[in-house]
Amino acid sequence: MKAMVYRGPYRIEVEEKPMPRIEHPNDAIVRVTLAAICGSDLHLYHGMMPDTRVGTTFGHEFIGVVEQVGPSVERLKVGDRVMVPFNVYCGSCYFCARGLYSNCHNVNPNATAIGGIYGYSHTCGGYDGGQAEYVRVPFADVGPQVIPDWMSDEDAVLLTDALPTGYFGAQLGSIDEGDTVAVFGAGPIGLYAARCAWLMGAGRVIVIDRLDCRLERAREFAFAETYNYEQVRDIVVTLKKATDWLGADVAIDAVGAEADGNRLQHFTATKLKLQGGSPVALNWAIDSVRKGGTVAVLGAYGPVFSAVKFGDAMNKGLTLRMNQCPVKRQWPRLFEHLQAGRLAPSEIVTHTVPLEYIADGYDMFSAKRDGCIKTLVRP
Amino acid sequence: MDPYTAGTPRPQVDADALRARIPGWGADLDAADRPSVPRESFDPGASGAHWEVPTQQPGGEERERSIEHRQLTPVFGTVAPLAGLAGRIRRTAYRRYSEGRLAHWLLLMAADRVEVLQSRLPGAR
Ligand SMILES: NC(=O)c1ccc[n+]([C@@H]2O[C@H](COP(=O)([O-])OP(=O)(O)OC[C@H]3O[C@@H](n4cnc5c(N)ncnc54)[C@H](O)[C@@H]3O)[C@@H](O)[C@H]2O)c1
Ligand SMILES: [Zn+2]
Ligand SMILES: [Zn+2]
Repeated sequence: MKAMVYRGPYRIEVEEKPMPRIEHPNDAIVRVTLAAICGSDLHLYHGMMPDTRVGTTFGHEFIGVVEQVGPSVERLKVGDRVMVPFNVYCGSCYFCARGLYSNCHNVNPNATAIGGIYGYSHTCGGYDGGQAEYVRVPFADVGPQVIPDWMSDEDAVLLTDALPTGYFGAQLGSIDEGDTVAVFGAGPIGLYAARCAWLMGAGRVIVIDRLDCRLERAREFAFAETYNYEQVRDIVVTLKKATDWLGADVAIDAVGAEADGNRLQHFTATKLKLQGGSPVALNWAIDSVRKGGTVAVLGAYGPVFSAVKFGDAMNKGLTLRMNQCPVKRQWPRLFEHLQAGRLAPSEIVTHTVPLEYIADGYDMFSAKRDGCIKTLVRP
Repeated sequence: MDPYTAGTPRPQVDADALRARIPGWGADLDAADRPSVPRESFDPGASGAHWEVPTQQPGGEERERSIEHRQLTPVFGTVAPLAGLAGRIRRTAYRRYSEGRLAHWLLLMAADRVEVLQSRLPGAR
């Protein structure tokens, strides 16, 4: 089969690979019909994630058709059209039993601090991902779900990570009616978080980025006020001024490990790898939220320490909340929002590339060229 | 000069205006409608798992694991098993150091670079 293959930082190729096999009685093999590239994939592409092995296939956002099932699979059958959450999880461990699907204890031998993720390095369990023609899906009775007839392929693939993650971020903010919510990052995750903040009753939503075309999407898609942090002298002061000198009630980091905006942080994290990530957006969130406020972190950071302004967080009495999104837990409510017309996730898709040209897709998304916001991949 | 006062300086929200401008405004105002609230809710039947303990996936004898795990997990990825010099460095990182130790991650990152260099040597593929 054809698959995207990692050959080193900034080098990916499309190669012939052996077909995945059933390796556990509850496995399924899924023929991928649509996949996507995520901002998280860029951390792998840039060599930021420890134990990313040459020859592995990325891709944790995909939908497809069940091609084969293991002997203990009861809920899926060959031919089913399924959407697969980005989390690999068992459904029965201490954490899964409590709804913490992204923190499963039974699927990632390589690390206890993170659950399993498709196509996301050995630090996340060593599973191949869905930027390929076929993929192995463990615990087929737990993660995947048959796509409802009314849902489009585009919406379904965006529900495997990006939309639930944005929605989850707004929940982590514990938004009260009338709250002012500041969202750092206007990528897919930030755009969805900003849009979903309104569902929870936000009174104002402010989005911060440096890319004007993304800020334009934030105004149109997410009905947000926007600031370009490169065009103001000090984004923290700008936000204080915009929020009656109190600060926002809730701030959301939708940027993560490769944040720009501070040369020292960016260089020590992305070039020297001296920290797990460049916490510029997280520090701005800490500094611009009001005392007693909540910072929700969706942005991903590596397992090594990062230079976070913990003293300010402590002195301000902040609540910091974060996690990888437990995707399937969000689905029933999000399905209702889609059906009621409250959310149309595919509005932010800008590009669709065939699997053969996925290297160009990564290159364009990484360089944020051509107004790229969300790229889908068709095997 | 506007002094800091006890009341909120924010204007009262005009819920009707927001509802008219933004599709779905306030639909999840009630925390009961938010699926991840509360964060933990014990419901082992909810996931679809029809086992108490998953069957062990075979073939894990040589599989590296974090020493913060009691044993190999029942399910694990099998792509790109440890091999060559990078594999030896990775094995050391997993065997000797917990995730809490910087050495664990530095060794893994060193192995990543070694593997990329080796894969670019003539005849490596
Ligand atoms: N928690 C989860 O479950 C989860 C799931 C998916 C993605 N993520 C993470 O969310 C983050 C965003 O993902 P994405 O797909 O939207 O990525 P993206 O790369 O498309 O978007 C990131 C945006 O942040 C902007 N940015 C950079 N520095 C900034 C700064 N200092 N302040 C404000 N904006 C800044 C960039 O210009 C870019 O538009 C990534 O770290 C990704 O790994 C987390
Ligand atoms: Zn993702
Ligand atoms: Zn589990």
